[in-house]
Amino acid sequence: MTASDALPALGRRALDLLQRLGHSAFFFLDLLRNAPAALRRFYLVIAQVHAIGNYSLVIIAASGLAVGFVLALQGYYTLSRYGAAESLGLLVALSLVRELGPVVTGLLFAGRAGTSLTAEIGLMKAGEQLAAMEMMAVDPKSRVLAPRFVAGAISMPLLAAIFSAVGILGGYVVGVLMIGIDPGAFWSQMQSGVDVWDDVGNGIIKSVVFGVACTFIALYQGYEAEATPEGVSQATTRTVVISSLAVLGLDFVLTALMFSTPR
Amino acid sequence: MTHDALVAIDHVTFGYDRRVILSDVSMVFPRGKVIAIMGGSGCGKTTLLRLIGGVLTPQQGTITFDGAPVDPRDRESLYALRRRLGMLFQFGALFTDLTVYDNVAFPLREHTGLPEPMVRDLVLMKLNAVGLRGAAQLKPADLSGGMARRVALARAIALDPDLIMYDEPFAGLDPISLGVAANLIRRLNDATGATSLVVSHDVNECFLISDYVYVISGGRIVGRGTPAEVQSSDDPEVLQFIRGEPDGPVRFHYPAPGYADDLGLRA
Amino acid sequence: MGRKGIETLVGVFVLLGLIAVVFLALKAANLASFSTGPTYAITARFDNIGGLKVRAPVKSAGVTVGRVTGIALDPQSYQGRVTMELDAGVKFPADTSAKILTSGLLGDQYIGLEPGGSDKSLEAGSQIRMTQSAVVLENLIGQFLYNRAAEGGDKK
Repeated sequence: MTASDALPALGRRALDLLQRLGHSAFFFLDLLRNAPAALRRFYLVIAQVHAIGNYSLVIIAASGLAVGFVLALQGYYTLSRYGAAESLGLLVALSLVRELGPVVTGLLFAGRAGTSLTAEIGLMKAGEQLAAMEMMAVDPKSRVLAPRFVAGAISMPLLAAIFSAVGILGGYVVGVLMIGIDPGAFWSQMQSGVDVWDDVGNGIIKSVVFGVACTFIALYQGYEAEATPEGVSQATTRTVVISSLAVLGLDFVLTALMFSTPR
Repeated sequence: MTHDALVAIDHVTFGYDRRVILSDVSMVFPRGKVIAIMGGSGCGKTTLLRLIGGVLTPQQGTITFDGAPVDPRDRESLYALRRRLGMLFQFGALFTDLTVYDNVAFPLREHTGLPEPMVRDLVLMKLNAVGLRGAAQLKPADLSGGMARRVALARAIALDPDLIMYDEPFAGLDPISLGVAANLIRRLNDATGATSLVVSHDVNECFLISDYVYVISGGRIVGRGTPAEVQSSDDPEVLQFIRGEPDGPVRFHYPAPGYADDLGLRA
Repeated sequence: MGRKGIETLVGVFVLLGLIAVVFLALKAANLASFSTGPTYAITARFDNIGGLKVRAPVKSAGVTVGRVTGIALDPQSYQGRVTMELDAGVKFPADTSAKILTSGLLGDQYIGLEPGGSDKSLEAGSQIRMTQSAVVLENLIGQFLYNRAAEGGDKK
């Protein structure tokens, strides 16, 4: 491509990107608009919470445990250099509740639940199921997409809380049971240092935001996927990539808003 | 004459960007009849069904359903229209996460407030009409292609629609299933008094069961009439299609540069 | 799996999630230390509040008896006016003094109350008369250097 072709091509790609961004914004509004209707048919939401939440429990709990173990190990080595090994409980809890819980759960959620949502919706589209529903005068956004959206927004904070709780227990197992830190110090330092509203509360807010973002992205990519095997495969890849970047980007913004130094 | 017609297509043109799919097409579908729309691949048959169902909007012309224009922008009236029509998609388009029973029950549960016992009776009646009452608890993955399409048909007629649209109902079926399908389309139409639109390129079956036939080629109607009239047409495009001749107005060769030049030979 | 089965499993999932949240709130954080009883408000003025923040604890003998609820600049005296809520169950003498202390060497700052000997108690809205400001590191260093310089000068 010559130089004189490259610039208009770039411009077209930029405009294309903007158009898709706008399209996705309308899609998001559609999801919000249909969410109350989905809540009224709660069985649909429950079935989706089962598919999204229950099936993610194992990986989330296992990862939480593993992260808790590693945090305790690494934290101990560093803290003991400053004679502050008693603060291990505080370190583990704050790291998990404020950051690792919401973010790692978000990334795992994007990979596990996000891809399955994208693939499911994409394949439904490929099999003309969504078109058939439309022809039966049932809005697929209301019947199929909105329940999944609500279910994702509900499941994420629960999963993140489970991740953090299991992680703290994992930290306890390594720190107290294996390394031998005083359990009293472990819990008391944690309890005096972790604030319910500032730390736990903000962590929950983060995980709700991540849940909404990841589910929206997964549903959008599935809905807009090309109705071919390659199309669905590309869509699932895009879901993981965009969701992960969104989680990390939103984490930065939210952390700056929530945990900036007080006045 | 129009009050006799359930659907009227009036000077409709439709296309994407530069590609024109249908140009200035006018058709009338009388009530209670089986009408076949035939033509080669990509001639616009399926597009026609989508225009009637309000999925696509024509660039020019209007489509009328039972006297009222089809306006995709008016959601309420569009959905009201769709409740009166049943569409059979080419491969069934059954909901793979539901059983056969739940698939057929779907429109009943979504649009009527009927209690479950009544829904059950209706579902079993519809399944019986297509001969699959015993398969009610199977999932779509357990069904053969022909069976899946019959379930989809049962679902399409669940609300007793005024218009049933079939998108390639005969494609890929074995001779027995073919006979079953053709038989069902005709009998259902007569038994319920509905109007049936069959989009297909299976010439023999369509001629057997239809009351009226349209032949489309290149976005225009090249033949119309009763099966007998179309068969005795002398339009070359109609003849090529009916007789299945490999070369005629629809060329065999995709446009290409000269053969000798391509092979590097000199004439 | 039937409808009942799915709903039960989802119920288990939600229950686990809620237990995790409650665990984090109670065992990991300081929710349990929030007093929910009645409180009364008093004020105190400091020359320098240092790093004191709203919601910092108010302690007496190391036991938390209240929270800082407001910090503002008093426009007449140019002192920092701190408002705090104390547990209604604890009464302090009217001549109690308030100091701004630091927990640990480099930790958060809090208010320490030292009870006086007066018969009258602090009422809602009363002001603590005797206050000691926070230790400001720069002043401390400056003082130290000044003392060293003075010592050096004496020795000469």
